[in-house]
Amino acid sequence: MALLRSRGGLILTNPVLASYVVPVHPHPLLVPEQNEGWQRLRDAFDEARQQISDSGADVIIIYSTTWPSIIGHQIQADPNPTWTLVDQDFHDLGSMDYSFRIDADFAEAWNKANHSRGLQSRTVAYNGFPIDVGSVVALKLLNPDNAIPAVIVSSNVYANRAETTVLAKSCLDVLKSTGKKAVAVTAMSMSNRMFTEFIDAADDKIHSLKDDEWNRKVLEFLEEGRLEDVAQLSRTIHQQIRVQKVVTFKPMWWLSAMNDNRNDLTGRVLAYEALHGAGGAVVHLDPTSNGMGDKEYDEDDVEVYHGERNVLDAEANESSPESKHVDGNGPALWDPAEGKDAVNTDSAPKPVGLYPHARRVGDLLYLSGVGPRQPGTNAIPGGPIQDANGEPLEYDIKAQTRAVVENIARILEEAGSSMEKVVDVTSFLVDMDRDFAGYNEVWAETLGHYGPTRTTLAIRALPTPIAVEMKVIAKI
Amino acid sequence: MLGRTMAKGSIVAGCLAPHPPHLVYAENPPQNEPTSEGGWEQLRWGYERLRESLSKIDHDVLVILSPHWQTYVGTHFLGLPHFEGLSVDPIFPNLFRYSYNLDIDVELSKAIHDKAADAGLAVKMMENPDFRVDYGTITTGHMVNPAFDKPLVVISSNRSRHYYSVEVMQEMMMELGRVTRDAILESGKKAVVLASNSLSHRHFTTESDVPEDMSKEHITSHAMHLWDMRIIDYMRTGQAQRIIDEMPEFTEQAIAESDGGGLTWLLSTLTVPTYPAILHGYGTIIGTGNAIVEWPCYAHEEV
Repeated sequence: MALLRSRGGLILTNPVLASYVVPVHPHPLLVPEQNEGWQRLRDAFDEARQQISDSGADVIIIYSTTWPSIIGHQIQADPNPTWTLVDQDFHDLGSMDYSFRIDADFAEAWNKANHSRGLQSRTVAYNGFPIDVGSVVALKLLNPDNAIPAVIVSSNVYANRAETTVLAKSCLDVLKSTGKKAVAVTAMSMSNRMFTEFIDAADDKIHSLKDDEWNRKVLEFLEEGRLEDVAQLSRTIHQQIRVQKVVTFKPMWWLSAMNDNRNDLTGRVLAYEALHGAGGAVVHLDPTSNGMGDKEYDEDDVEVYHGERNVLDAEANESSPESKHVDGNGPALWDPAEGKDAVNTDSAPKPVGLYPHARRVGDLLYLSGVGPRQPGTNAIPGGPIQDANGEPLEYDIKAQTRAVVENIARILEEAGSSMEKVVDVTSFLVDMDRDFAGYNEVWAETLGHYGPTRTTLAIRALPTPIAVEMKVIAKI
Repeated sequence: MLGRTMAKGSIVAGCLAPHPPHLVYAENPPQNEPTSEGGWEQLRWGYERLRESLSKIDHDVLVILSPHWQTYVGTHFLGLPHFEGLSVDPIFPNLFRYSYNLDIDVELSKAIHDKAADAGLAVKMMENPDFRVDYGTITTGHMVNPAFDKPLVVISSNRSRHYYSVEVMQEMMMELGRVTRDAILESGKKAVVLASNSLSHRHFTTESDVPEDMSKEHITSHAMHLWDMRIIDYMRTGQAQRIIDEMPEFTEQAIAESDGGGLTWLLSTLTVPTYPAILHGYGTIIGTGNAIVEWPCYAHEEV
């Protein structure tokens, strides 16, 4: 599992072991022998298959551009979808029988995590559901024996970068909470301008020189591991080499977010060939740093999707400007108090009273008590400790502690500080006997790594149904 | 019954017959697995009126151009005499899981195919028996003729608009419409031609807990409504040429499903009619604008 440096200086583990870009058209699967380039793509698929097999991954996650959706994102949750697919265009190349092994539990957990981060999504598990051609080609070639269970997510027609990024972050939430390691795959064309007439297989080539040049530029970036740069150029690339409507170049948004928006991956283009004029590439992105510098991150990051197009529920979502209750399980929430020295951020959960997230005093920063609630949704990673009626619930202290630390990192970042600059921490646990060991373990992996002083207290209760809260003092 | 004495082939009616699967879902037909409490009645009553109207016109075959059989390499035609299977909508699988069983008029399909090829269009017959018929075709087919007791000709939607422009799409679809008409006239058959598309096509991105909750249903924006009414007005006043003329702006600004070429093709098969169309119904489905429209050719053309 790769150790990565995130913004804010927090050491996190990213559970994505490898990422791949693969083409969607069926030629490498059905008729590779008809064209040398198609065969080279097939060989590249085979190489990727071997790498995936050797990776130790627990799940293959596919974001497919040939599965468009409208109502948010859809996630395949049929444990064993089985059917025969015929491509709408290339039906004369043959039929594709499939029977896949889907990690339905993961799909359901991802769907739930999406909701926690404000996304519209749903799982689908219906007999005869038409698995899309990009996913079928990818899974049949990358995982032919179903040795690794898969998850497939659609490409929402209307999704912007924020929505697509949050989709990846909720996927990462599930990977982290389950401890699973994943291979991330985007099923997509590079340029997707095909010949509009029928051609002999032997005559296949990239549709135009312009498309070819753009493809090569994108692949050059990927080979240099500059995934985030490609993501930031997504709209430009789309305008240049993609047909309009539906899929754009948004898979790169998802894949970059799955890799913590990094620019220093180790990339390798296994093949790049024409598929009836479209650009088909098999690319391997290894999370190992290539030693080059990372990015200048010049797009806003986003943790929670606020759903600006939530037309149907617009009225229901209108909230008081001052406070709102969440699920009837906890006190009212407030907008953070403003003030000359106050530090507030949308990336941290709303306060339960009129106070700021932090306050600057000289070169010191005093944080208000920070809990694990998620910004925007107030979901509690690891679960609440009790229900709305006060009945105790099972919860995961490690997940809660990790979420506390992540919230701290966001507030520090907003203030221009970082985890390295934390001086002193006071921790509050509602059940010292039950939770100290788990809390202490996460501490050692995260904040403890930087060596601040620490005091841990047992208290009777916290205002929201959480088990841990931390009070932090840091230098700026 | 009107049209029974016609000797040569003819197009007896042309219809705009949109395909949102919600309409089938709302009807609870035995072929569809999910069940509903109704919904979208204005449109379903419109389809009732269309069915009633077509029942009075003798016809042998339904010719459908479906925007949900999307082909990027040429225009394709279903080329086997029979298809059956289960159609699950990949976007609304909660609403549409339909067991279909339909016949194809392969002879007429091939005749249109051959004429299109002669006209220089890229065309192909689809002869893979494993092929799953698209849900747009099935929905329009069901709403117009739920018994599926007349054969279909099913034409794919070439997405040339996405590669080039609406103008290029129109050029191709005008030509395809012309050869479709010629083939029908030469066939000796009486055909109803159907474009299976919505008008404005901006969806909501959320769905009610009860999808048929009509308190949530409305057009996505005023601009979409204005465009839909403008196009419908042209239809009702016999100004089809203005639809053709304004198709680029309509398609771009209303994100209209006319991008699939169906409406242009339909108007071309009817030689861009100057007589009024009958509006059987208009309504929105998850925010998209849908009109059920009939051009009663039998009353206006010499056939």
